[in-house]
Amino acid sequence: MTAAAPPSLRRRLIWQFLAVAGLLAGLLYVSTRNVAHDAVEQTQDRILGAATLAIAQELRGGEDGVEIDIPYSAFSILGATGNDRIFYRIEVNGTLVTGYEALPGPPQRPGGLDPLFYSTTYLDETVRVAAVMRSVLVEARPAEALILLAQTRTAQESIVAGLANRAAMFGLGFFLTASGLAVLLARLVLRPVNDLAGAMARRGPQDLRRVARPVPKELQPLVSALNGFIARLSAALSRSETFIAEAAHHIRTPLSALRAQAEIALRETPDAAARARLRRIVRLADDTARSAGQLLDHAAVMYRSDQRSDEAVDLARLVQGICETFRPAAELRDLTIALDVPDRPIVLQADPLLLETVLRNVLDNAIKYSGEDGSIEVQLTQAAGQAVIEVRDRGRGLAGAALSALGRRFERGDNVGDVVGSGLGLAIVAEVAQVYGGSFTLSQREGGGACARFSMPL
Amino acid sequence: MRFLLVEDNADLAETVLARLSLDGHAVDWARGLDEAEDHLAVAEYDLILLDIMLPDGDGRDFLAAHRRARRTTPVIVMTARSAVSDRVALLDTGADDYITKPFDFLELSARIRAVLRRGAAEALPSQSFAGLTFDPQQAALRFEGETRELRNRELRLFEILISAPERIFSKAQLCDRLFSASEAVSDNAIEVYVGRLRKKLDGSGARIETVRGVGYRLTRS
Repeated sequence: MTAAAPPSLRRRLIWQFLAVAGLLAGLLYVSTRNVAHDAVEQTQDRILGAATLAIAQELRGGEDGVEIDIPYSAFSILGATGNDRIFYRIEVNGTLVTGYEALPGPPQRPGGLDPLFYSTTYLDETVRVAAVMRSVLVEARPAEALILLAQTRTAQESIVAGLANRAAMFGLGFFLTASGLAVLLARLVLRPVNDLAGAMARRGPQDLRRVARPVPKELQPLVSALNGFIARLSAALSRSETFIAEAAHHIRTPLSALRAQAEIALRETPDAAARARLRRIVRLADDTARSAGQLLDHAAVMYRSDQRSDEAVDLARLVQGICETFRPAAELRDLTIALDVPDRPIVLQADPLLLETVLRNVLDNAIKYSGEDGSIEVQLTQAAGQAVIEVRDRGRGLAGAALSALGRRFERGDNVGDVVGSGLGLAIVAEVAQVYGGSFTLSQREGGGACARFSMPL
Repeated sequence: MRFLLVEDNADLAETVLARLSLDGHAVDWARGLDEAEDHLAVAEYDLILLDIMLPDGDGRDFLAAHRRARRTTPVIVMTARSAVSDRVALLDTGADDYITKPFDFLELSARIRAVLRRGAAEALPSQSFAGLTFDPQQAALRFEGETRELRNRELRLFEILISAPERIFSKAQLCDRLFSASEAVSDNAIEVYVGRLRKKLDGSGARIETVRGVGYRLTRS
């Protein structure tokens, strides 16, 4: 079992609905049962009362006591309702005339021929008793005759039980119908919530549009809060994009001016020592610009890799495009870039900007460390579900440097003292490789030079 | 050639102006987009060098408007952003090329040359000297029915020498045109390329003469 499944609104709605339905079904059962019981009891009482009155009317006073001719038709009315047993007791002035002496008497004196009903226990059975009182003339004197007629209640109980059973079936049916309705209702009520959640889940990471779908009033505060967050997020993102662009501009433009001034001075100075210094200035300006660029690259890589704004990228076209931008710089140094890219597109899901950053850094390195007249081989291959970019140069290679250290920030090889560099470039490449679950390796090339290999899963 | 430079940084503009003037180009300088429009209204230019972030607007908008108005003057954009996607966006907007700040003048000249070459074939006419034809478009030397191809640096070196035959160029002068200022080379590095060029000129009517202690010049054999 999961330790802490989040509470479900749907389940909660259904449970609450079921609880109410259960309670109502219970009430229905109890009230139906009570009503049935009362109705049956009243009916039985009337019959019992009528039978008692019938007996009472047959009671006659005589010269030497009372006479009674029990009307068995009265019993047959009673018998019609089932197998109930019947008891009676007739007494005059407190003396038993006929019947069962132990039949318990009424709790109070009955008020004449209007029967008094009461329940009591006789011979371990619950019986209903009707009692009437009438006066008879015994030996010409008025006497009080009490007539009790009792009947067990088996038939009544079975009728009540039958009705109660039916009530229970109704209650159950009501509950089951309500359960079905509860599930349906919960779904209906929660549909706007589910629709909204689904729409949000289907959004790509780059989709920062406002939520515009119509929602019920109750969801509106949530949606407007969501829109507020979206607005703030996209503002923050565009601010950081703008910041990176402006930082690049405001660092690189003055550096351009500095470098250009030094270059002009270099042209105007024949003095060898001054020329050497001016070259140094130019190199330092390049160094600073490159470091700044790579710091900004690094910032961009960090924030874009959080963003994961992946799209379908044709790696073949990307590699060609970047090599084209480097060609003029390479040609100035008589370096050729030999491109080996498949004719067909190699498409993968990635952020094109991150891949460009990788290629730029690797190519920049290869050009920087290549000797005169060299050639740089750029090869793109696809094998075993991996896209592999290899950049091979005939430069100074990796003498002395620990290969693993070159991927660390601000870490440079031991043999690069005369070439400008920040030590950030390969760290950026390694980071991008990590983002995409690929790998980046540098190796010494046979016959001199280095081979940079970047791979990522397709 | 007449260029228009649109750049708000005065230091950078001044040096670009100075450097392009050294190459024999006339350059007008506009500090912003409005000034650039003023210049374009009164003069014809062969090329526009355009900065992106300008005080009175975005260079890309200017570029888009420029292309919408069907003006064909080639544009090279100078940008501080180096991402290739920016480059693609710029080229889509109608830029002919772009260069990332800070740039090397050698690279700027190379790109200017490439853009001009694309625009008009007569931008780089062939030159002849002592029975030798130099075709910068094809990077080739032709003499007596023979064609010899020049590599990039040999080409640039020969370009300088043939621009003023018999004139002596110092090693430093040649070096500045051949090597990026950021390259750690001594002025003697030029000797390698002079040597290679001499081999390619072998058999033609021209040769490169060493003037001791001064430099080199192109002369007849």
